[in-house]
Amino acid sequence: MTANGAADVFLLDGEPIPFAPGQTVMQAALAAGHYIPHLCFHHDFKPHGSCKVCTVRVDGATTASCTLPAQAGMSVECKADDLEENRRTLVQMLFVEGNHFCPSCEKSGNCLLQAVAYDLGVLDADLDYFFPSRPLDASHPDLLLDFNRCILCELCVRASAEVDGKHVFALSGRGIGKHLIVNAESGRLVDTTVAVTDKAVDVCPVGVIIRKRVGFAVPIGRRRFDARPVSAQALEDAPRRAPPEAAP
Amino acid sequence: MSRSAQREGSPVNDGAPRKLRIATTSLAGCFGCHMSFLDIDEKLFDLLRHVEFDRTPLTDIKHCGPCDIGVVEGGICNAENVHVLREFRRNCKILVAIGACALNGGLPAQRNHVDLGACLQEVYLTEPGLARGCMPNDPELPLPLDKVHPLHEVVKVDYSIPGCPPPAEAIWSFFADVIAGRTPHLGHGLIHYD
Amino acid sequence: MVDAAPPSPNVARLDAVVAAHGARATELVQILRDAQALDGWLPPATITYLAHRLRLPRARVEGVAGFYAFLHLTPAGRYRVLFSDNVTDRMAGSLDLLDRLCTSLWIERGKVSEDGLVSVDTTSCTGMGDQAPAILVNGRAIPRMTPERVDAVAELIRAQVDLCEWPADLFAVADNVHRRDVLLDAIVAPGDALRAAIARGAREPERAGSARSWREGVPALPQGPAATLEEIKRSNLRGRGGAGFTTGLKWEACRTAPGTTRYVVCNADEGEPGTFKDRVLLARHADLVLEGMTVCAYAIGATQGFVYLRGEYEYLAAPLRATIARRRAANLLGTSILGQRGFDFDVVLHLGAGAYVCGEESALIESLEGKRGVPRNRPPYPVTHGYLQQPTVVNNVETFCAAALIALNGGDWYRGLGTPRSTGTKLLCVSGDCARPGIYEYPFGTTVRQVLADCGAERTQAVQVSGPSGTCIGAAEFGRKLAFEDLPTAGAFMVFDDTRDMFEVARNFAHFFAHESCGFCTPCRVGTTLLRNVMDKIHGMRGSQHDVDRIRRLNRLLQASSHCGLGHTACNPLLDTLKRFRPAYERRLQSLDFEPAFDLDGALARARAMTGRDDASAHLAEVDEDASAVAGRGQP
Ligand SMILES: Cc1cc2nc3c(=O)[nH]c(=O)nc-3n(C[C@H](O)[C@H](O)[C@H](O)COP(=O)(O)O)c2cc1C
Ligand code: SF4
Ligand code: SF4
Ligand code: SF4
Repeated sequence: MTANGAADVFLLDGEPIPFAPGQTVMQAALAAGHYIPHLCFHHDFKPHGSCKVCTVRVDGATTASCTLPAQAGMSVECKADDLEENRRTLVQMLFVEGNHFCPSCEKSGNCLLQAVAYDLGVLDADLDYFFPSRPLDASHPDLLLDFNRCILCELCVRASAEVDGKHVFALSGRGIGKHLIVNAESGRLVDTTVAVTDKAVDVCPVGVIIRKRVGFAVPIGRRRFDARPVSAQALEDAPRRAPPEAAP
Repeated sequence: MSRSAQREGSPVNDGAPRKLRIATTSLAGCFGCHMSFLDIDEKLFDLLRHVEFDRTPLTDIKHCGPCDIGVVEGGICNAENVHVLREFRRNCKILVAIGACALNGGLPAQRNHVDLGACLQEVYLTEPGLARGCMPNDPELPLPLDKVHPLHEVVKVDYSIPGCPPPAEAIWSFFADVIAGRTPHLGHGLIHYD
Repeated sequence: MVDAAPPSPNVARLDAVVAAHGARATELVQILRDAQALDGWLPPATITYLAHRLRLPRARVEGVAGFYAFLHLTPAGRYRVLFSDNVTDRMAGSLDLLDRLCTSLWIERGKVSEDGLVSVDTTSCTGMGDQAPAILVNGRAIPRMTPERVDAVAELIRAQVDLCEWPADLFAVADNVHRRDVLLDAIVAPGDALRAAIARGAREPERAGSARSWREGVPALPQGPAATLEEIKRSNLRGRGGAGFTTGLKWEACRTAPGTTRYVVCNADEGEPGTFKDRVLLARHADLVLEGMTVCAYAIGATQGFVYLRGEYEYLAAPLRATIARRRAANLLGTSILGQRGFDFDVVLHLGAGAYVCGEESALIESLEGKRGVPRNRPPYPVTHGYLQQPTVVNNVETFCAAALIALNGGDWYRGLGTPRSTGTKLLCVSGDCARPGIYEYPFGTTVRQVLADCGAERTQAVQVSGPSGTCIGAAEFGRKLAFEDLPTAGAFMVFDDTRDMFEVARNFAHFFAHESCGFCTPCRVGTTLLRNVMDKIHGMRGSQHDVDRIRRLNRLLQASSHCGLGHTACNPLLDTLKRFRPAYERRLQSLDFEPAFDLDGALARARAMTGRDDASAHLAEVDEDASAVAGRGQP
């Protein structure tokens, strides 16, 4: 409870954040206009908690903020140097794990991984690259799958199951061998029920699921995150919830 | 970084701060980063008031001597690249990787999932009309490595300027910071991977 | 969404497999195991057909199959030989034996022979540390491998003898119990502990009635369960699976959680390398384990139980099922157990399929539900939202045994054993450099030195307590006590004498974690592989201080942001050995500064071969020859 007893709040880097019952720290923070860096979180879906970029500290313990239920009075630390350092390393890990050649990627400038990396001031990967071999799937007439850029956020998996009701995508393998698969015995996208209009196609934060023949409609340099950093835009994406009876 | 050391080959000390000595080179790159460097345009004159060039594509110096800053464009795709990179590392107090190819291998590294043998075979033996169907074996030619590597996998790199190429403003911002004795910092709009 | 069934050669046999599991999607892992038994792998058409029969998306089924190491989506050979690859197996010469088998069969490790007959590879510790080196053939354990036994196996494979006709002595697994205490000495007739639990309620109503806050908000219960729970709480029993959570509190939380059905799960995944006590308990004291589960069911009001048995112990499945059946016949399982109206509880056996992470309780539950074994987000915890989102108790095999003894003898009796904060006894799994490897039961609080003396260990350099995720200690610490308050342990006790290279021990563990990471979260998925690579780099004599710093940085990240205990502990063996056996690392470090991870000259080998060149400039030295000359030039 706040001092005036109006609403439940917790502190995020010292700032009071109101929240509704059932909200996680991430959901409440975004709704209140505070950005916490994230990749696998998407406001349309149940928090997943796998990328760990949103890790924060509460009472000395670190945990992913997207899955952490908000509780009145908790004090959440997000901007600490060590947390930021860890976030940079996580992003660098995702870069070396796949093959990200941004100059030839249609998603460049609209890509969340890139944008989060820019925002965190990531200049290079620092780690040794894995250079995995991941062949493309160009079987579908309207869609291309470039697995080289997959960050395994499972947003397409969740969107296809929950919104499109199709289960076009799933994960297989484990550990560093974990990878995206499609719902067809042939293993090819063309043999699934995917449609260009699917939410799963839209939701991919990076350049894996690409619509054919529409690339580069907006030139590089004039794309979404060229204009403003993701930290300034994530707030606009998030459904704002007026803090329940917060303002006096 | 220390800027007090005075050494041979530097201009006469007229009381002004010693000029920073800079070397640059392009390895497995396309010279795009160098072109972007030149795109700082009139700021080149500002720069030249504070720096002097050792080995660069602009000077005729064949080997890098002791320098304050070495700027390397391009990744490492052959033995020659390794020698040059090591020369830079030995001689430069600060080694800067510039551009996508230096940082992650870039376009040349797209060959990394192809077997080098198969690649050479295809280019020199199988593919008709090339090199009269024989494998070039002149000792003058640097041998290719089986994979293209970014610089930081071969030597320690001190700073990186990303981009393909990095915007001229980012390059200028880096030099401006160094000249002013500040820790280089690239803000929004200056960090680009594309 | 479910398409018409495509033709499949196996339809009739697959139908039988599906039917045997009631066509339940929650049984997917079991169904895939059984389906694989038909062909030795899971062909695409099989996956498609099973998905169709279970009304699951095909990609879901493929994704589950792709998760488990023992399920194969590509042909793996009619005989699949896996060498246990724990460090203790290696110390016993497993790699030479592996090479011997490969040579004998004319195959390359990790590849299926051209005729599709056989493949030979390694797998994570198979729980035979006291009789290493061990192998699995099509999932069946064969311990104590020797050159002779390897040759025998090779011969049987070449002659294509059916596995069930292989000589029985190959499969004989020893128990090797060397020290007994209250648990291993207990003579408990099936049902005794249950009868005591039921009787206790009737006998001691005052104590149950005077119990404290735990009764608040609890639906009215018969005295027996309440009194039983009270005894477990009084005993101060803490979980034996590693985390050491107080069992009584767990049971109580489950009992009071709202739900329609309550579940009891016995965690017999025993994946921690160097641990094998649950195998012995299940082999010799299966009744006690099941009795403990039933006591738990009685105390919390659960109706369904599962034993999640690791795939490596498949050979224990049939005897366990027989024990379950026997207990059912004796009315110790089933409905109205021992004539108590409403006391209904039964147990089903589930087999794992090669995934260490499935020992983590929420991953285990996912696996029980027929999914990929990925740990869940917690909270909520299994005690409130476990199997099928219902209240579920997950306990280790040994915990259930102790619970049964407590039900029989009372909590006060149990808390008189061990130390105040670690009551009772603990089974240790002693392996490595000692004269008498095997199972030792001690009261908590026993020193490491005592154990070393009892097992005949000499010139001991180090002990890995509780496996790779535990602690590695050196001789200076052998006075420490095995107890939650000093050296907590799930049981593993791997001994290394002064001839062992502790760097290689840590490297083996780094490989283990990289192999077993479930891949859900970024820090562990990528981090465990980076750690493995760094250790291989140092092993290859290309390490530098830079790499040691990297290990420390990765540790901070994995500690702070991993999703489960696997990632949290993955750096432990590296940090422990760095701290205590630093020279083992330093001997290998090439420089203080930086070394590439790969051999630059080696990276030219392919080009040299293609061009036929071998001149000086076709090579790269570790350091350029002109380096010294150039470096001398005009340095300030
Ligand atoms: C990666 C990982 C593996 C685990 N493996 C096992 C195991 O094989 N057996 C076990 O009993 N507990 C294992 N645990 C601990 C379980 O999550 C859980 O704490 C335990 O089964 C609870 O039972 P207990 O309270 O009786 O110890 C593991 C935990 C983690 C994080
Ligand atoms: S997906 Fe994003 S980070 Fe990856 S290559 Fe494309 S733009 Fe770059
Ligand atoms: S394809 Fe895109 S949305 Fe799907 S898991 Fe990969 S990165 Fe995430
Ligand atoms: S820490 Fe490792 S094992 Fe645990 S959830 Fe993350 S990836 Fe999976």
